[in-house]
Amino acid sequence: MKTTLLHGVALAFGLAAASPALAQDKILNVSYDIARELFEALNPVFAEHWQETTGRTVTIDQSHGGSSRQARAILEGLPADVVTFNQETDVDVLAEGGLLPEDWRAKLPNGASPYYSLPAFLVRKDNPKGIEDWDDLAREDVAAVFPNPKTSGNARYTYLAAYAYALDQNGGNEEEAQAFVKAIFDNVPVFDTGGRAATQTFAERGIGDVLVTFEAETGGIAQAYADQGFVRVTPSLSLFAAFPAAVVTEVAEKNGSTEVATAYLEWLYSPEAQEILAQNFNRVHDAEVAARHAADFPEVRLVTVDEVFGGWDAVREEHLADGGILDQVFVNR
Amino acid sequence: MTHSRNPLLPRLLIALAVGLTLILVVAPLAYIFARALQEGWRVYAQNILDPATLHAIWLTTLVALIVVPVNLVFGIAAAWAIAKHRFPGRGVLMTVIEIPFSISPIIAGICYLLLYGRQGLLGPWLAEHDLQVMFALPGIVLVTLFVTAPFVAREVLPLMQAQGSEQEQAAVTLGASGWQIFRRVTLPNIRWALLYGVVLCTARAVGEFGGVSVVSGNIRGQTNTLPLHIELLFNDLNTSGAFAAASTLTLLALVALVLKALLEGRKEG
Repeated sequence: MKTTLLHGVALAFGLAAASPALAQDKILNVSYDIARELFEALNPVFAEHWQETTGRTVTIDQSHGGSSRQARAILEGLPADVVTFNQETDVDVLAEGGLLPEDWRAKLPNGASPYYSLPAFLVRKDNPKGIEDWDDLAREDVAAVFPNPKTSGNARYTYLAAYAYALDQNGGNEEEAQAFVKAIFDNVPVFDTGGRAATQTFAERGIGDVLVTFEAETGGIAQAYADQGFVRVTPSLSLFAAFPAAVVTEVAEKNGSTEVATAYLEWLYSPEAQEILAQNFNRVHDAEVAARHAADFPEVRLVTVDEVFGGWDAVREEHLADGGILDQVFVNR
Repeated sequence: MTHSRNPLLPRLLIALAVGLTLILVVAPLAYIFARALQEGWRVYAQNILDPATLHAIWLTTLVALIVVPVNLVFGIAAAWAIAKHRFPGRGVLMTVIEIPFSISPIIAGICYLLLYGRQGLLGPWLAEHDLQVMFALPGIVLVTLFVTAPFVAREVLPLMQAQGSEQEQAAVTLGASGWQIFRRVTLPNIRWALLYGVVLCTARAVGEFGGVSVVSGNIRGQTNTLPLHIELLFNDLNTSGAFAAASTLTLLALVALVLKALLEGRKEG
């Protein structure tokens, strides 16, 4: 037993100390919780590409979790060389913590978002309630399912998209927009804490008429529950949801991985990578790839948080803060 | 006296106990295996042999292999000190050992993170010396050690206290050395309690989730223990994979429990 113990302890510290300065390239990509299969598809292709262009091998380790929680772990020392998140605010947190530059959005094309998505709908087989747009969700006879916007970034996008739609319809009347969003919230039977729990509520417990989540998710859910015949519906207007990517410069410099980390994120914009991203129901910027997958991505008018709400800081202050607009429409139900 | 008043009552109570056990314990456990095997043995084997799952099983085993021996030594030492000696702070030590029982594991995780994390007390020093404690094996081991610390001590202590130190004193008068006394007198007296503590400690170390999830960093194939891996598979909508991994963990726990039952049988027999 003694030898096992010594061996174990030696192994424990050996493992931890040996991580930098390996002969081959190695990066840790810390990512959001539902991107596992996506990066499992992407990483081997990048490794091949890296081998061809530099003659070096690369190992890419993946960590997945709620992106705010992941940001917190990186601040406490999780050695992420790159982050690929689904919330811009969580990259900002890292910038505030001094781990990457404040202007990270300028380091890569399209605001450092290699792909994007938007809140969209998944309805039951044959769309029995004829749900086509946000105003259908406010109908008395329609129950929408999405997680609690207080705890879920996904649902925050849903809330803001519905709000933006209402503002667009009524010519910018804030009060009417709040009443509209409240009407939607009033018909939500359960507020789960996260996107996956809401998916289970809708798909496995059979609750609600429409699941609202990222379009990138609706495709995967429809496939996972193919026997239930869910139909994907894209509203006429929705909110641009960036999937930001950034090199964690502090960590990468220390690990000597800046070159491969940067190349990895830049590669996500290549046609090769964009094709894989599109196959996983993410909208991409590459025109050719987008055209090839046009059938999966119906036309939609996309607005941004900057255009409608004046940026994330304003959203946090006016909408998400305690006692803000979200609390008023949400708590009063 | 009163038991003859209503002959139905005992039967009702037995039925209630058996029924609740079936509903609350047996059925969910059986369901884990049913779901894991739903798509047949081939898919089950594939799920278990997935490299990330295999690594999670290995990591969880490794953590237990480190944690249990350390707790074995610590448990005996602490119980020995408390039961056989009188010293200032003895009562405090007794209470402190039990703290992990009453504290939620997530608090342990957060405490260690605040101590060893990058922004923590020792973080800058560790970073300077290139030592990765959090989000690596050492962090997982530390938190598991914390959570499982009382198990061996708590099993051994009552027995040592009940037995007192007469036998040891007799051994001393007969000229036995300290190590001889421990091996020939103390250890045989406590061995069943010790084994029982080890089994419980193993079960807890293998199953620990909350505390480890804070310090693991969830790096697949590196710092994902089996309980964390199960949650991850489940969240990935990979139900059969999650249940296959869960069945392995359940098996580990059941083996520990069967061992415990056997030990109890021998202790009484």
